[in-house]
Amino acid sequence: MSCDQCHEREAVIHLTQIVNEQVTTVHLCERCAAEKGVESPGSVAKTPLGSFLAAMGKGLPDPEPVARAGESCPRCGASLQDFRESGRLGCPECYRAFEVPLRDLLRRLHGSTHHVGERYAERDGSAPEARQTTAELREQLRLAVETENFELAAELRDRLRVLE
Amino acid sequence: MIDLSLLTDGGVGWLDASGPSSHLVLSTRIRLARNLAGRVFQGRNSETEREDILTTVERAARESVLLRHATKFRLDRLDRTDRQLLHERHLVSKELAGLDGDGRVRSGASVLVQDRIGVMLNEEDHLRIQGMHSGFALEAAYAEVDRLDSELGQRLAFAFHPEFGYLTSCPTNVGTGLRASVLIHLPGLVLTKEISKVLQGLAQVGLTFRGLYGEGSEVVGNFFQLSNQTTLGSAEHELLDHLGKMVRQVMDYEEQARQVLLRDAPAIIEDKVWRAYGLLRYARSLSFEEAMNLLSGVRLGVGVGLIPDVGMYTLNKLLVYTQPAHLAVAEGVEPTESDLPIRRARFVRKVLESEVGRRG
Repeated sequence: MSCDQCHEREAVIHLTQIVNEQVTTVHLCERCAAEKGVESPGSVAKTPLGSFLAAMGKGLPDPEPVARAGESCPRCGASLQDFRESGRLGCPECYRAFEVPLRDLLRRLHGSTHHVGERYAERDGSAPEARQTTAELREQLRLAVETENFELAAELRDRLRVLE
Repeated sequence: MIDLSLLTDGGVGWLDASGPSSHLVLSTRIRLARNLAGRVFQGRNSETEREDILTTVERAARESVLLRHATKFRLDRLDRTDRQLLHERHLVSKELAGLDGDGRVRSGASVLVQDRIGVMLNEEDHLRIQGMHSGFALEAAYAEVDRLDSELGQRLAFAFHPEFGYLTSCPTNVGTGLRASVLIHLPGLVLTKEISKVLQGLAQVGLTFRGLYGEGSEVVGNFFQLSNQTTLGSAEHELLDHLGKMVRQVMDYEEQARQVLLRDAPAIIEDKVWRAYGLLRYARSLSFEEAMNLLSGVRLGVGVGLIPDVGMYTLNKLLVYTQPAHLAVAEGVEPTESDLPIRRARFVRKVLESEVGRRG
């Protein structure tokens, strides 16, 4: 059986996942599995972030991130594998290159992916971005639930919780 | 040997027990993690790049109001004892001082210090802006650090992402980059065995605890460093308010535990704190850990009014000055010296004797 991701190499990891009560099985080769953050049972998490990192990329709905997971950061050359081993990103650009898996990780670590604190660019005198009111956020949450955008809904719920 | 007298109050102004709730809280520390835009993070940069970061940030610091007269220590050019000394003073992290892992100091590792604030350079992030205040003073400590952040931010370009906020080498610090820690003494909760419940409760509300010396350090002498776990998704003031609210609650619990102890076991408590005092006053050999635990007992005694003759400032100073590097430097020996416990006991006796003499 060939890998569902690259359709080239032999699939050695068979990942069964349940998304929205639908059971799907993904067949991956070792390399694509590593790129998606699926660890084979023998691998050991090397950093305190290990369990988070190991979970990264699992069940990603969209297999087309900015830089495909596993590719290197165009600025510094760091790969997701490097990050998994050291727990450190290579440069600011890594946040763009690995945006999708990182967003997942940030949600696990912080319960949010949105910085709501001081904004750097607006420091020198210009008006700070008007803080979204809870009413606006609630409206967005309602829309998100209606359109079944649960990822966004979770995000908005977290932000509301913080404000309240 | 470095000359810490170059620093106003030797960089330990936070020890003076002048801040709010000083009987329970030793100090409040705030740090902001910042990185320079367009440069690789510390883990991937070269010696030349770290040197350049140091030069660039120092230039900006010298133009600022808050760090204009800062003293600079280059950790990579200091011997181990000096680096340990700076670490024991809470001026640099263990990592920057090269005291963990293989014990090597990264080239370019430096700190700029002026009064209560400073900036560590070439730490895990390019800059770690930090401030220490005496007692429980989150707002005051943050205000100062925030000002320095603005001053440096105007002169440097920080890495910032519209969604993720300030970008840091480790995603656990991204967003605000803010870690606020309150160093609090909780012997009442430890004695009444309530502490684990309290710490579990804190974990549930997104706070974490560490020992006296931050990340990876053990809890000694019933000192706990309580801090925020998350840095993203809440504004700076929300993080501080939340931590502050929880610390106040912990302080209430601690006061209650002390009342319970005094009500239910007054004789045992009285014996315990005076025994600690007696040992510190007369022991001929004290390990670091024993000294910390005895100081904790005396601190409790002073806090509940059982021991009248010792000041909190004295106890705070003993806490820092009985540590290996401080003691070694004061005694003119190496921190590895085998008779350090004997020297420590002598040092403590001398300080307590003069305290009694001064007050008596």
